[in-house]
Amino acid sequence: MKKLKPTTRSNIFTYGALLIIFTVVYILNNGGVISNNISGLLIPICAYVCMSISLNLTVGILGELSLGHAGFMSVGAFSGVIAASALRNVTDNGTLQLIAAIAIGAVFAAIAGAIVGVPVLRLNGDYLAIVTLAFGEIIKNLLNNFYIGVDNSGLHFSMKDTASLNMDKGTVIVNGPMGAVGIPKVSTLIVGFILILICYAATANITNSRTGRAIKAIRDNRIAVESVGISVAKYKLMTFVTSAAMAGMAGALYALNYTTITPKKFDFNTSILILVFVVLGGIGNVRGGMIAATVLVVLPELLRAVKDYRMLMYAVVLILVMIFTNNRKARGLIIDPAKKLFGKLIPKRGKGGDANG
Amino acid sequence: MKKIVALLLVLVMACALFAACGEKKSEGSQSDKPAGEVKPFVIGGIGPLTGGAATYGNAAKNGAEIAVEEINALKGDVQFTLYYEDDEHDPEKSLNAYNTLKDKGLQILLGTVTTSPCIEVSAQANADRIFELTPSASSTDVLGGFEDESGNITIARKDNVFQMCFTDPNQGIASAEYIKTNNIGTKVAVIYKNDDAYSTGIYQKFISQAAKVGLEVVSITTFTADTATDFSVQLADAKNNGADLVFLPIYFEPASLILAQANSMGYEPAFFGVDGMDGILTMKNFDVSLAEGVFLLTPFSADAEDEQTKNFVSTYQSKFGEIPNQFAADGYDTVYALYNAIKKGNLTSDMTNAELCEKLIGIFTSADFKFDGLTGSGVTWATTGEVSKAPKAVVIKDGVYVGYNG
Repeated sequence: MKKLKPTTRSNIFTYGALLIIFTVVYILNNGGVISNNISGLLIPICAYVCMSISLNLTVGILGELSLGHAGFMSVGAFSGVIAASALRNVTDNGTLQLIAAIAIGAVFAAIAGAIVGVPVLRLNGDYLAIVTLAFGEIIKNLLNNFYIGVDNSGLHFSMKDTASLNMDKGTVIVNGPMGAVGIPKVSTLIVGFILILICYAATANITNSRTGRAIKAIRDNRIAVESVGISVAKYKLMTFVTSAAMAGMAGALYALNYTTITPKKFDFNTSILILVFVVLGGIGNVRGGMIAATVLVVLPELLRAVKDYRMLMYAVVLILVMIFTNNRKARGLIIDPAKKLFGKLIPKRGKGGDANG
Repeated sequence: MKKIVALLLVLVMACALFAACGEKKSEGSQSDKPAGEVKPFVIGGIGPLTGGAATYGNAAKNGAEIAVEEINALKGDVQFTLYYEDDEHDPEKSLNAYNTLKDKGLQILLGTVTTSPCIEVSAQANADRIFELTPSASSTDVLGGFEDESGNITIARKDNVFQMCFTDPNQGIASAEYIKTNNIGTKVAVIYKNDDAYSTGIYQKFISQAAKVGLEVVSITTFTADTATDFSVQLADAKNNGADLVFLPIYFEPASLILAQANSMGYEPAFFGVDGMDGILTMKNFDVSLAEGVFLLTPFSADAEDEQTKNFVSTYQSKFGEIPNQFAADGYDTVYALYNAIKKGNLTSDMTNAELCEKLIGIFTSADFKFDGLTGSGVTWATTGEVSKAPKAVVIKDGVYVGYNG
């Protein structure tokens, strides 16, 4: 048998693991074995995992810092909600509404990404961090002033109040600071899982292609890349817009899982939360980021039993994980016994193999 | 190496999932255990117990706890087991809290305390057919089915949801009318938080009602969560336009800053708040003398002379060491309203959630169900879910609320 490339093997491993985890969770969830609490978290986990992949593309692979990723999520969320609500008059099929919402969310977030990226990514330095930080705030404040409604004659838009929408017995979709209320709850776990697969596949394909090598080269040594005639701005923009589009898709999935979302939800704290997923999972390590996102969404819920000490415990766990993953000695404490154990269970894999870890 | 770390994390995750399952079972069996002879109703509350809005959640929780203890001490046919979960004033967390309560065998929901989370949770409770009585989530979107001025309906009526407090529009309307009829101010300035559903909701109705009753609004300024640290611009605008009353449809934290800054710039109008202002006296590091003379619209004042209020205030003080605010009273009243309704309908805790829900809806909307509580007497509910009781204003004098009568 022809020997597979390490990257291909690693990808097959990830897809396999994802599929197995998904199937197990899906069966357990449908069988009612999983508690209501965890069951309610599954779709948000899908959305946050996509956000983690998306930000990893920008931070880990492109090497630029984005501090306003929740802004793109917000754009995707609100455009997706408007699309789904407007489609309610056309079709009753929830999945169709969801897919349309995700597609439209992706397009609008990509446009927003291009608007931010075109001027900023030409610059050299930390400007993207500053501009995305501002972008997140601008989006939040803009959405606080948007009033959008739909009636039989179509969509209405105003920046004043709901009365100036001039609607005839319609439905207000976005009501300024009150956000979107009465969103059709159409997100499903299967679509969420497919979205994770799409995001992962896109990231894996970009990284392991000619484009990906150019992007990683830009991250590692910009001057060398420019000297061989690769257009830095083009590749940066390409990656950033892809990343924004993924965030938009995740936003649409997230929003359509709830009846109400407010612009305030997608604030600086959410951006930082997503950045924490990426940093905790390992910058540039997409799989690690996915796991970190899952753990960090589930963790506060599991800690409900300790009541008010919940957030304290959360912080302690974060710090411990940081120490353990970055300290060889501390890591040895856990890894060495585990290695011994695995070595006994699977004798063939006992030696070597992990030298690259 | 990386793979092993990843594998370990996956294992931890899997363990976590199963741990949660295990937890579910043990909680379930716990609630099945009879306390005394009757099986208690499992009631759940959700509110912000941590974070910026924690004052409201904790007050409502304490109030509800007192009521549950009192009812259980009667050893009657109706007993309650109360679980309270934190939502940090976030719809996403609130839905998680609701699901946690469901794992604990939730039958009737008392909550949630704040507005946006309640909109989220009430939709889910409606789908699950669990009866919900919220102590203080005041937006009409919580109930659903309200038309705005142009006849638009944002969200359909959720027939299982009822409120213990006034709706936002009613607070806005009542405030404007109260100010006009009692002649508290003639030129009004409004400072509201325009990224907040609660604040914007009250503001919009206040403005339209002010126009109707002929109240002159001379200055309208806004702030957001990010700019809630400095109000000099807003106050200067109010002062320059000669406002003699500042209407603050906001929570007490920013309001406390406004009071302090107005004081330091020597601007002394009357301040008028709504129920979000409640809690300002128990705020840490706040100079209570600044709040002297502030009006607020609230259905409850701790200095009321009736027996029920006196008992409640003394129990609350001995238990939690502070004077209860309106949210505590709302929390207390929701439990008693529920208790009365259950008594009236002879409901038992072995009914299914859907049965309880239908019966309770019937009782709450029936014309002969009247409730006398801390926040009003002869309280009734309409089929829209709105409560009908008389609004009251109090004024802060010597650090305590005093009923204001013209």
